Amino acid sequence: MEQPILEVKNLSIRYNGAPADAVRGVSFTLGRERLGIVGESGSGKSTVGRAILRLLPSAKVSADIMRFEGTDLTALSEAQMLKLRGRRMSMILQDPKFSLNPIRRVGHQVAEAYLRHFPVSRAEAKAKTLEMLAAVRIRDPERVHDLYPHEISGGMGQRVMIAMMLLADPDLVIADEPTSALDVTVRLQVLNILDGLVRDRGIGLIMISHDLNLVRNFCDRVLIMYGGRVVETIAARDLDQATHPYTRGLLAAQPRIGGPRAPLAVLDRRPEWTEEFTQ
Amino acid sequence: MLKNRIRVWSLSSHLGSIAATLVGLLVLTFAIGRFMPADPARAMVGEDASREVYEQAVRDLGLDRPVWQQFLHYLGDVFTGNFGHSIRTGRPVIEDIIHVMPATIELATFAILIGAGLGIPLGIAAAVNKDRWQDHLVRVFSLFGHSMPIFWTGMIALIVFYAHLGWVGGSGRMSQFYIGMVPSRTGFLLIDSLLAGQPEVFWSALNHLILPASLLGYSSSAYITRMTRSFMLDQLSQEYMTTARVKGLSRRQTIWRHAFINIRVQLVTIVALAYGSLLEGAVLIETVFAWPGFGQYLTSNLIIGDMNAVMTCVLIVGVIFIGLNLLSDVLYRLFDPRTK
Repeated sequence: MEQPILEVKNLSIRYNGAPADAVRGVSFTLGRERLGIVGESGSGKSTVGRAILRLLPSAKVSADIMRFEGTDLTALSEAQMLKLRGRRMSMILQDPKFSLNPIRRVGHQVAEAYLRHFPVSRAEAKAKTLEMLAAVRIRDPERVHDLYPHEISGGMGQRVMIAMMLLADPDLVIADEPTSALDVTVRLQVLNILDGLVRDRGIGLIMISHDLNLVRNFCDRVLIMYGGRVVETIAARDLDQATHPYTRGLLAAQPRIGGPRAPLAVLDRRPEWTEEFTQ
Repeated sequence: MLKNRIRVWSLSSHLGSIAATLVGLLVLTFAIGRFMPADPARAMVGEDASREVYEQAVRDLGLDRPVWQQFLHYLGDVFTGNFGHSIRTGRPVIEDIIHVMPATIELATFAILIGAGLGIPLGIAAAVNKDRWQDHLVRVFSLFGHSMPIFWTGMIALIVFYAHLGWVGGSGRMSQFYIGMVPSRTGFLLIDSLLAGQPEVFWSALNHLILPASLLGYSSSAYITRMTRSFMLDQLSQEYMTTARVKGLSRRQTIWRHAFINIRVQLVTIVALAYGSLLEGAVLIETVFAWPGFGQYLTSNLIIGDMNAVMTCVLIVGVIFIGLNLLSDVLYRLFDPRTK
């Protein structure tokens, strides 16, 4: 078996001053595949993503193993992390309205991701940027390059975000709810663009989401998190055969077009699911 | 086309609001002159004047006419640059003000440079190190600047830095020895002395300026620090800062390349306002340092009810603030693409 891109074993995270761990005993490996992490708000799924990038300054992160392409992430200095972040691992954030700097041209913001890591001239970085903007199917890259974030739509903003995060050709991309701020109509379009690029470039993708149908369609494997723990790991195509009662509850709580109009099932939450579990 | 029309429209509405503010200001200064308990006719002729003389003065000043006529007359005076004579000095008010203003502008400009130069970096340092010792230290430092009575710090500073250490000049704008050596061309002593080719006068003036300017600067830096800190904290918690970190920028780079450029506009606004209040004149510091500036002029005329002078001073302060607001609006448009 080829070396996994990311290997996490027994990851625990506690925010400073918090009475309990936000994430406990999370373990998983990621190859050149698309892994979904699903859970309700507060389940710790975004926290896991940020811990991998070591972007949790006010939390204590501990893990038996947290290895990225053979490098122990927990042992790296901040200076070494700076070389990794944006270059070999990156993250797509939720809402382009907030995740883009409002007073800088989007093209410059994208190019910055490249200039930071490669010793190229501004002109070369710009050429690279325009190429990448075209790759996320922006029709008029030259024009969009010079726009400010408030002048573009949410769907366009998220495509700019994808361009920015994939520009340096990373091996791992974490997408933290990449489409939950978007209209339903552009959601699929943006996901297809991301999916195409991730597959073409052989990027390992972690898709953090609360949308079961989304991970079912765009991921190979799914981790179900509850209360800071992974309660179940399952192949995306087998999601309907999930055995854990929490996963079953999530599936049952989804509305279906043409389904019965009876009230949806209420999600059952049991404290014992946050305790030890056997896979 | 449409964009241009919007721009023209916003510019004209802007000028309109300035004009409205100016009219409001003129009404206010007029009201100060007419409805204050001080009687301008009595002030002109003195307490011992006879009834006939007094009534003649009332007629001369137009005080027997309806108020709206008086106001129009006042507007005419203002726009022809006739602000009347000061009772106290006997000279045209405008000449007096041209005489005192440069001293205050010199002081205020140095003070704001010190205040902003101190306040902005400290505010940023405090925000970046929120709740750590740097933050607490900055808070104590700016709290001191904010709450120390400036006339007291002024005197203590004079005793320490002038009397004991002899690092700086004492009171006045320059050493007694140099007074009258430099012809007044601009009124700005630092400029006049250089124009006259008198470097030792320049150094003496700078030496006298530095202490009161530092004290004023320190006290206005308290406000600038506090505001900078809160502007910066706002930006540091924005999601685009995470984006910048994910790209691989160091924390320092994200602060300067992303957060700082987002607070420039707000900084310009508060620094302009702080500068405005310094230009109003700092009476206490001017008194302690025997600084012949605008603050002293205004206060001494206010005390004796020299209404022509007071009205003009109020008008000038108002115009200064309108000008500074206009300036910060222009810079706003320059720095923030969302306003275009």
